[in-house]
Amino acid sequence: MGSKIRIKNMDFFYGSNQALFDISLEIPDRQVMAFIGPSGCGKSTFLRTLNRMNDTIPIARLTGTVEIDGKDIYAPKTDVVALRRKVGMVFQKSNPFPKSIYENVAYGIRINRMHKDRADLDQRVEKAIRDAALWDEVKDRLNTSAFGLSGGQQQRLCIARALAVQPEVVLMDEPASALDPIATQKIEELVVELKKSYTIAIVTHNMQQAARVSDRTAFFMLGKLIEVNPTEKMFTNPDEKLTEDYITGRFG
Amino acid sequence: MVMTTLTAACAVIAIAILTIILTYIGYKGVAAINWEFLVETPKPVGEGGGIGNAIVGSAIMTLLASLIGLPIGIGAGVYLAEFGDKWFGSTVRFVADTLIGVPSIIVGIFVYTLVVLPMTRQSGFAGSLSLAIIMIPIVARTTEEMIRLVPKSMREGALALGAPQWRVTWNIVLPAAASGIATGAMLSIARISGETAPLLFTALNSRFYNFYVDQPMSSLTVQIYNFATGPFEVEHQMAWAATLILVGLILVINILVRMFTKKKY
Repeated sequence: MGSKIRIKNMDFFYGSNQALFDISLEIPDRQVMAFIGPSGCGKSTFLRTLNRMNDTIPIARLTGTVEIDGKDIYAPKTDVVALRRKVGMVFQKSNPFPKSIYENVAYGIRINRMHKDRADLDQRVEKAIRDAALWDEVKDRLNTSAFGLSGGQQQRLCIARALAVQPEVVLMDEPASALDPIATQKIEELVVELKKSYTIAIVTHNMQQAARVSDRTAFFMLGKLIEVNPTEKMFTNPDEKLTEDYITGRFG
Repeated sequence: MVMTTLTAACAVIAIAILTIILTYIGYKGVAAINWEFLVETPKPVGEGGGIGNAIVGSAIMTLLASLIGLPIGIGAGVYLAEFGDKWFGSTVRFVADTLIGVPSIIVGIFVYTLVVLPMTRQSGFAGSLSLAIIMIPIVARTTEEMIRLVPKSMREGALALGAPQWRVTWNIVLPAAASGIATGAMLSIARISGETAPLLFTALNSRFYNFYVDQPMSSLTVQIYNFATGPFEVEHQMAWAATLILVGLILVINILVRMFTKKKY
């Protein structure tokens, strides 16, 4: 299986503070890669380099290369808008727009002018909501406010919103950290389902979650990538002593 | 407990003052209000007459001032909130805050020099311009505050879908801040509908119905000033009645804007 994303010698700085040190890593196509590590280890920062979300921070600076499908996304001629359409993102705290459920999902389709007509838009919205396993819960109230949904439903709505623009990669930044166990389980089942069609990078605090949903796991500490391995190996027989200490709960 | 009582007492005093003023205006003003008073133009003392032209003049000037002031104010507020972190933004912010504190009569003198003297006459347009200048900094600062309240996560959500910055501002941030911005706009409209000083030598006054903004124009506030400073009791009564009308109109503006900007989602 080929690599979707290839990161080479990436250093990342906030002003004069270096947040990531010499990261080299490959993320395989249509797999789930989990990123674990203690708070402040740089895993969220790392995730946000993959769709250039850090561009919104004026003092952020990156060296090294990040290639998606063989193209350097930090090359000067990169179309960031097109990049973000290809690399969707789901955030830690669900962030629906102050619009109806329907319009939340339709937003990305509309701004990227992906639909032919209204019927096509309806279809795309329905498909995205179905893919996010939310359809049966909201089909009768698509025109009501997105804020009327429960936390878990809002998060799945944000996933539907991200899927609606037909990305190839979905980045998830602790998508279940604010949810109860049942809602979390739904999100996890969804992640496993989605990897058939998408490459998924998921940051999580929860090691059991990483073990349950991911094919490969990367362990970060203090801005350095300590170890990357297939998830099963990582949790049973890690190469690094640090990984083992973290996984067995000696620190973190 | 002490805290609760003290703050509650302050709240009661604040409300009580307002209630007393409104009741007194109502009590003094209601007697002189009738149909003739609402539609007629002012007549010599003792012959009745009314404030119809002043109501129309105030409406025209407030509308024109809003048409000039709201877009500029809201635009400036958006700039300050979204791009105003550099030196230019802080300068604009400082100037806006200073302008808010400038007595309105100074704005009147400014417009008098800049518009009235070259035009060689007072006009509704000059009055509207003074009012617009008073509005702009208020609207700009409230708009900025309201936009800053929109959570960063909401912007990021839109950016992550491939929305360019201007679309994020236009379709996500502005709608999310709309009711707050409208409240700011409403406050500024209420503020300018009560202004007298900047109109005194810009719009002046008129005894007739006038729909042309290049002519001197009557306004409720200047009319109230004229009635109230007149020597006759009947004029004072008309001043109270006109005051009641003005307060009533501001109340209506408030209610209308609240209705239209009720949070949909």
